[in-house]
Amino acid sequence: MITGERKDLEELMEIVKTYNSLAVVGCDGCVGIYQIGGFKEAESLASLLKMGDKIKNGVVQDAEAFTVIRQCDKELIEKELGGKLDKFEAIVSTACGVGVQTMAAVFEDKVVYPALNTLFMGAQDREGAELYELCKGCGDCVLHLTGGICPMTRCAKGLLNGPCGGAVDGKCEVGDYTNDCAWVLIYEKLKSMDRLDLYTTFRLPRDRRPSMSPRKLAGGAKY
Amino acid sequence: MKKIKEGKFVFTGELEPEKTTDLTELVESAKKLLGHCVACNVTDNPQSMAYMSSLVASHIVQRDSGMECVYQLRCSDRNSIALTSDLLGAGALGIRNVLALTGDHTSLGDYPGSMPVFDLDSGQLVYLIRRMVDEGVDLNGKPIEHPPRFHVGVAGNPNADPLDSEILKLKRKVEAGAEFVQTQVIFDIEIAKTFLKEMEKYKVPVLIGIFPLKNYGTADYFDKYIPGVHVPKDLLAKMKEASEIGDKKKKMERYDEINLDYYGDFVHEIAHNTSAAGIHVMAVAYERITPPLIECAKI
Ligand code: SF4
Ligand code: SF4
Repeated sequence: MITGERKDLEELMEIVKTYNSLAVVGCDGCVGIYQIGGFKEAESLASLLKMGDKIKNGVVQDAEAFTVIRQCDKELIEKELGGKLDKFEAIVSTACGVGVQTMAAVFEDKVVYPALNTLFMGAQDREGAELYELCKGCGDCVLHLTGGICPMTRCAKGLLNGPCGGAVDGKCEVGDYTNDCAWVLIYEKLKSMDRLDLYTTFRLPRDRRPSMSPRKLAGGAKY
Repeated sequence: MKKIKEGKFVFTGELEPEKTTDLTELVESAKKLLGHCVACNVTDNPQSMAYMSSLVASHIVQRDSGMECVYQLRCSDRNSIALTSDLLGAGALGIRNVLALTGDHTSLGDYPGSMPVFDLDSGQLVYLIRRMVDEGVDLNGKPIEHPPRFHVGVAGNPNADPLDSEILKLKRKVEAGAEFVQTQVIFDIEIAKTFLKEMEKYKVPVLIGIFPLKNYGTADYFDKYIPGVHVPKDLLAKMKEASEIGDKKKKMERYDEINLDYYGDFVHEIAHNTSAAGIHVMAVAYERITPPLIECAKI
């Protein structure tokens, strides 16, 4: 799922300080499930903005929370919010960057501000409730060659022929030796699968075009 | 490289261009190593510090000192276009040896927020160099008018754990066309021997990397901040003791003595009882230790 982190309140207050009324819109998709930007978070952000602004003698009088099942879907936005946001001067979205831009495409005459810093595509581990980046959407998946562990994302250097010389005791040089070296994981996994032939195969330089932005996809999946 | 191919046991040195435009000291260091080392590595932004270009430094050192250089080239900072372009430049400047490195991550250096590139990795850089040299074409097969001629080496990490993953990875690099392997710093001779044994099957010359300790500060820094390698405790203790000597000259002599004491047998053993092709002495700004150290090898 897509993850992110709420911007500092100070920064958000600075962004919205000239508006009398704000609609704070959450998303029940990825960021809602991870309790980063769902309805509850939108509600609490709305009251924080009102309160914070009051302390600073600002102009924000009204801030009301809403939510959409998925802010990355124009039709859902129109269906759930159509007409409801007319009275607000500006919109603050607690969705990912995709949601913010999709909202802006629907509410063309309003400004939509991001409340989150969108981070990455990842998943939660069961124990620590931490979120880990697992895929970069590189456009040319190699998971079938690497024991199901993504070297483009989980190796800090995105190496295809790892490991580099920077791993110590199986930990990566990036992140103060707290993250597992992806290439040590790949080695262990392929070894346990009796597929070290995949490990010893030299991989040619990548064609980076499938990962170059901006990308687009013809409507409908290719099946 | 010619000497290695002839089967001679060789010594190489290391020079580090820093944040400066003046290479006088580096050239002086290189001159002091002439006749002792067959070539010197010129480091490329080690630990991702933004230093002077290793290509320019390699050229100036070769021109002004006569020392043959091993031009270190990292993938951290350059995409495949920049790598190709620098390699063509290196060919024009008469550089004969390239050490293809993946390079430390950019976040480790003094521009921690800069973009890590890694368009290629070290193995793929070897592949690029081989195509340029052997086939006279670039990465995508386009002909190069006057192709460069380089020998290409790679780094190996004998301290890796699991070692097997490293040895198998080096298989890829050798198959891609690496002509020699230069190891990261080793303090423990047994680690060197195990690594050399494992590498024998690839039939590629291996240079064992050692790091003479210029003073206690260097030793302590190395021990604390260079990950994965520890200075042996008794060696560190001896260096500390020496650091307390008041007389500067005596202190330096004592440091040299400790290094020769520690590495003397090490280099002798490597030279006479292993399959190593040579020793890479990373005595940056400490080149006075290299000649007596080479003496110890008695070759
Ligand atoms: S290889 Fe590419 S597509 Fe596959 S998981 Fe990694 S980043 Fe995602
Ligand atoms: S230590 Fe491992 S994960 Fe980290 S950059 Fe090197 S190969 Fe990649």
